[in-house]
Amino acid sequence: MNANLQPASDINIPSFTARFKEGFRKKWYKFSRNKLSVAGLVIVLAIVMAAVLAPYITPYPEHAGKFVDYGNASLAPSATHLFGTDIFGRDILSRIIFAFRGALLMAVLVLAIAVPVGVFLGLLAGYYKGSLLDTIIMRVTDIFLSVPPLLLALAIAAVLEPNLTNAMIAITVMWWPWYTRLVYGMATSLRNEYFVTAAELIGASKFHILFREILPNCLSPIFTKMALDVGWVILIGAALSFVGLGEQPPTPALGQMVSDGTRYMPDLWWMTVFPSLAIAVMILGFNLLGDGVRDMLAKGEHDHE
Amino acid sequence: MRLHSYLLRRLLLSIFVLVGLSIVIFIIARVVPGDPARMALGPRAPQFAVDALREEMHLDKPLVTQYYYWIKGVATGDLGKSLVTKREVLEDIMEFLPATMELVMVSAIFVIVFSILFGALAARYKDKWVDSVIRIMAYTGVAVPSFVLAVLFVLIFGYLWPVIPALGRLGAGVQPPVSITGLLTIDSLLTGDFPVFWDALKHLFLPALALAIGPIFQEARIIRSAMTDNMGKDYVAAAVGYGIPNHIIMGKYLLKPSLIPAVSVMGLDIASLMGNAFLVEVIFNWPGISRYGMEAMLRKDLNAISAVIIVFGLIFVLVNILVDLIVAYLDPRIRLGGKL
Repeated sequence: MNANLQPASDINIPSFTARFKEGFRKKWYKFSRNKLSVAGLVIVLAIVMAAVLAPYITPYPEHAGKFVDYGNASLAPSATHLFGTDIFGRDILSRIIFAFRGALLMAVLVLAIAVPVGVFLGLLAGYYKGSLLDTIIMRVTDIFLSVPPLLLALAIAAVLEPNLTNAMIAITVMWWPWYTRLVYGMATSLRNEYFVTAAELIGASKFHILFREILPNCLSPIFTKMALDVGWVILIGAALSFVGLGEQPPTPALGQMVSDGTRYMPDLWWMTVFPSLAIAVMILGFNLLGDGVRDMLAKGEHDHE
Repeated sequence: MRLHSYLLRRLLLSIFVLVGLSIVIFIIARVVPGDPARMALGPRAPQFAVDALREEMHLDKPLVTQYYYWIKGVATGDLGKSLVTKREVLEDIMEFLPATMELVMVSAIFVIVFSILFGALAARYKDKWVDSVIRIMAYTGVAVPSFVLAVLFVLIFGYLWPVIPALGRLGAGVQPPVSITGLLTIDSLLTGDFPVFWDALKHLFLPALALAIGPIFQEARIIRSAMTDNMGKDYVAAAVGYGIPNHIIMGKYLLKPSLIPAVSVMGLDIASLMGNAFLVEVIFNWPGISRYGMEAMLRKDLNAISAVIIVFGLIFVLVNILVDLIVAYLDPRIRLGGKL
């Protein structure tokens, strides 16, 4: 608004950092208009901080591993043990906070591998639409998308040794096709745009066309999907660990804690209820944040409800 | 005419997908585990027994030949023996599949009925308290995994407040009806056994709800946003101008086109229902194929694992064809062969 009132001589091209700051300010404004998104951000930040600082902030950090204290076993929630203790006398709150670490690590690693792979294959198939390469990539994608996702992950995790790494492998294998399909749709339409044709005409390399011309125009939907996917990865990871195909005891994992607790229902209800709530709050936080990122990256002013 | 070629193409694609899926399953069940024969017999079995089984399973031959024998067996219904039940896997599947089908169908009905209801309500009362309540429910509904819901249901209704049965398909001492379809509700209706029907229905309620809550709210959100988008369109303004009553505009002119995006993702929802059934059946002690498959996975019963995935893949492919048919029915652009 004020820019119009200033004399023309004062108008200069803003520096890169200034433009960046301005863009960030606008994006933040868009994001912060929705209180739910901000709530999501707060939840996620709190969980990440808690997970990173787990050894320093948890009341009983030594309870995260092999630890037995039968004197304090199966205690109901109280001031010393906010969420109670399990049958070995380990503090549930401390174990939940340590379990956040595995869940976050899983979400980050799964997406860090699945997204580049899926995006690369989608770019290739989309750019070379109609070629043999396109047919092979997209039909393989169809095959992976033809099984309920959780089932495929369960099956892969089941034939491998049960541990966190293999659970991550299983989830990664089922995750990339979604990105391939997403990018494929965008790449097939982008390859006919003038800026791509122009780049082809001046003899730009295929690498340049795929990664410098087409990819930057796909980034916003990719980031949106990533933001929305974090919650899903955590959910699937919790499901795997619930059936014993994730992190193995004594290292705590949320799904594993829920399933351990079910054996002592209803007397030791806190063993089940608090890890369950932790899963729900974690996923809720990431979903709200994901929605906020989606609205922030969406073009135009209307919100995509 | 165009609809036929559209469906034919979908059908051919589905066959291709199934063949591809069989290769993936073959890799998961036969290649990844290293030595399936050793796995089948356990670490303490003598070497000669393992070698004999390897020969019987054609594991001594090249991979392509192995696949050929395996897929020939699958195509003729010979899925091998289960290591856990010691029976033919096909028999097991025939026995356990109906229970899962019944559960998934009931939760799919929940999803369809309540998502349309909530979606339409939220759109009708946009930005009113009804809309806000449904939105909050949606965030929580999506954030609570169905297995967590299932555990909480069992805790609440199984122990603390037993108003509705939380475990199994039928109450203790209730004689199951003569098996006709394998679906207890339908069988008991066919034989006119209403007490059993009522009992089976009560047992279905909690597991089906645990499965359905997430998809209900996801679909409701999609329907709401499609309806609010369509509300601004000219044809609705025209209908209002003609003086057509509000409920007819909502029910007849607005709802139908707004269902298209929701139905298109319905296939994915069914997939998530079937996937989550794996955990929910275990928790509710539901004697279905998912619980069977889950046990197979935990005991590395490879024949049973691959059979269960094949069955689910097949069902999922069929569901997707059905979804395409419904979308084609709802969307005249596909039905009449227009350009999309």
